[in-house]
Amino acid sequence: MSATASAPLSGKARLTPRQRFWHRARHHRGFVFGAVVLATIVAVAIFAPLIAPHDPYLQVLSDRMQPPVFLGGTWHHPLGTDALGRDYLSRLLYGARISLLIGLVAATISAVIGTTLGILAGYFGGRVDTVVTFLINVRLALPVVLVALAVVALLGGSLTVVVSVLGLLLWDRFAVVLRSATRQVRTIEYVAAAEVLGASLPRILYKDILPNIANHLIVIATLEMAHAIILEAALSFLGLGVQPPLPSWGLMISEGKAMLLFQSWLITIPGVALFLLVLAINMFGDGIRDVTTPEGRD
Amino acid sequence: MADDPSKNDPILSIRDLTVALPEGGDRPYAVEGLSLEVRPREIVCIVGESGSGKSITAFTTMGLLPGALRPTGGELRFEGRDLLAIRRKEHAALRGKKIAMVFQEPMSALNPCYMVGDQIVEVFATHTALSKAERKAKTLALMDEVKLPDPERIYRSYPHQLSGGQRQRQRIVIAIALALDPRLLIADEPTTALDVTTQAQILHLFGQLRENHDAGILFVTHNFDVVAEIADRVVVMEKGKIVEEGPVGDVLNRPQHPYTRLLISAVPKRHPSPRDEVSGKAIALKVEGLEKSFRLPGTMFREGTSIKAVAPASFAVRENETLGIVGESGSGKSTLVRCLIRLIEPNHGSVEIGGVDVARLDKRAFRIHRKDIQIIFQDPYGSLNPRRTVGDQLIEGPVNFGVPRETAIQRARELMRIVRMDEDAVQRYPVQFSGGQRQRICIARALAVEPKILIADEAVSALDVSVQKEVLNLLNDIKKRLGLTLLFITHDLRVAGEVCDNVLVMEKGEIVERGSVAEVFGNPRHTYTRALLDAMPGKGWDVPDLSAIATRPTA
Repeated sequence: MSATASAPLSGKARLTPRQRFWHRARHHRGFVFGAVVLATIVAVAIFAPLIAPHDPYLQVLSDRMQPPVFLGGTWHHPLGTDALGRDYLSRLLYGARISLLIGLVAATISAVIGTTLGILAGYFGGRVDTVVTFLINVRLALPVVLVALAVVALLGGSLTVVVSVLGLLLWDRFAVVLRSATRQVRTIEYVAAAEVLGASLPRILYKDILPNIANHLIVIATLEMAHAIILEAALSFLGLGVQPPLPSWGLMISEGKAMLLFQSWLITIPGVALFLLVLAINMFGDGIRDVTTPEGRD
Repeated sequence: MADDPSKNDPILSIRDLTVALPEGGDRPYAVEGLSLEVRPREIVCIVGESGSGKSITAFTTMGLLPGALRPTGGELRFEGRDLLAIRRKEHAALRGKKIAMVFQEPMSALNPCYMVGDQIVEVFATHTALSKAERKAKTLALMDEVKLPDPERIYRSYPHQLSGGQRQRQRIVIAIALALDPRLLIADEPTTALDVTTQAQILHLFGQLRENHDAGILFVTHNFDVVAEIADRVVVMEKGKIVEEGPVGDVLNRPQHPYTRLLISAVPKRHPSPRDEVSGKAIALKVEGLEKSFRLPGTMFREGTSIKAVAPASFAVRENETLGIVGESGSGKSTLVRCLIRLIEPNHGSVEIGGVDVARLDKRAFRIHRKDIQIIFQDPYGSLNPRRTVGDQLIEGPVNFGVPRETAIQRARELMRIVRMDEDAVQRYPVQFSGGQRQRICIARALAVEPKILIADEAVSALDVSVQKEVLNLLNDIKKRLGLTLLFITHDLRVAGEVCDNVLVMEKGEIVERGSVAEVFGNPRHTYTRALLDAMPGKGWDVPDLSAIATRPTA
């Protein structure tokens, strides 16, 4: 049996884990697509001030609701203008910053909370596990959108509030998955070996547990990032997310909804951007999962 | 069928079978130009080390090759038909009916969701038109034949409810294989995962099957004792090719090919080699009344119970002594040594290392004593962290105990030399090494903190026989050179006999016998020890003195 499993691999077995990762990644279509789209959006967000043709906040009321180029508009406003005459392309580019920022920060806060809880529960088991499982259950019983709406309504909508609320609400999946991953890794003998060699507990968690559950962590982080971006858009759409005049994609959709029947591109453009970003993040995450498992795990 | 005139014709004849490996493998073919025959009532053993292509041969015959592998040449004639030429569907119809297989791991060969009886019945349902009652009757008869006690009860059991030691599960797997009186039975390492007493019973069962079913058996194994016990003919494979073939007596006692000679000479000798005297030395480790029981928490349907894993155990090991702890799985030997290094906390008892009772210290105070006692684990694939370089893992111990990083790195390179590996290995990752090499790295890692006592917990059990010998020699050398005390846990009595000075025999958590190797193995007093020794396969055979046997002059 071992012969069947190891024989076809032996050629690649000489590569380091990292080399093997890149070797597989290059041949994974979803991963490549996700990575390219994601990289493009990140680049656009970072360099928005350099590429945006106009000031995203500048209102020119005489130029209201110009159609985009492909609907008969001019190259002066390639994606047209909104109801206040602001350049739509520029708002879209700046909006990428907000979406990415919210996705990254919220996912990071969630990752820190969820990973800590998950690793502790998985490593120690027993009473710690009971407490963490209880916390997870409590969290799962909270409807995210409802809680977010209530908190934002109480504290007032601002970028900081939205990011913090989402960050504090999306850690459940990290905790659940990393808890069971840790339970598995914990029983493998290299953990016992490290303990026997006198490694301290934080060192074992950091050097032996964390790197071996990192692929799960990355995959969930991408999922939650996409999740946070969508939730922000939803909150903004309902008027409880980031506040105007910030150019968030969700807010742009919300502002365009009144014109849905007449100027549908006001919704389509940020909608497509949102769709592409979330799709790219998810495909990137799926790609990482495929590339690092199952044989990639060794 | 019984009056078949061609009764002694081969059931299976393989001619020039070649199976290609995908590009980028370490060799172009998994199996190359392989020819062999299996006749009725004959057990043909394929022996070889891991990666020799023996399992691939078995899987090709079953038509169960993984997708990446394709037979590229030769023929596989079974009852006059070439199995490589027929369609998958026809092959599938033969499987289970005319050709059956017994797998290595009985637990994963059975579906945990179904009662075992139903899993046997399924074979009849797939291949025959028997009525429900007949199917059940046949199933019960089969269970009786493979000597399962109380077939009615076992019929309704799920795999996890069957007895430990996996003996009942493997019997079920064999019953499934025999259900339709196959002409050919393929067994892929069917006893490797089993305890020695269980192995003896299963091997006995195979012997009987040959008689009662007129079937030919193709038996894949790496264990020469098993070969000696049951084989009629032996085929030795190396790197996909047959290097030697012949009747069992010839191959085992007068091996011709250098590779066969290498393999056979690596089998530990049955008669223990003379040992250095250790009785006058100081005591390195003294264990007094060490006890461990596990509590099983109760559930809604069952009260909590406590299971005694180690009954109060007392023993002492002298400096530079090798103490073997032998016993079957579940005998508590691993739990015992894990209590010594506090990977498991013992309930009672004392463990004295260098005059300090380390069992009584709290965890923090125990930490500095960790470097006195180290362990090497069984699974060479699980005991190295795949995400850290070898060097990083080698300096872990010394750095934890305050050795400067630079010194530790120097020492790591030196250790690589001591375990006979390339110094540059420290920069590489564990995936880049074979099982034997990994086990050397584990030895180096344990030695890095300069322990006084080294525990080898089944440290060579997962290795091929020739690699096993190298690692054993290495351990022995290091022990002598560094003056180590060795605790050697194994289920393999041959290995214990070869490397140990004294042995403890454990059964169900208790030490039932102790003494020098010669005493315990030569004149066992406890019934369990006797049962263990009796169950060892291949008793009639011992490794021949190869230097006395000249290779046949080749023409």
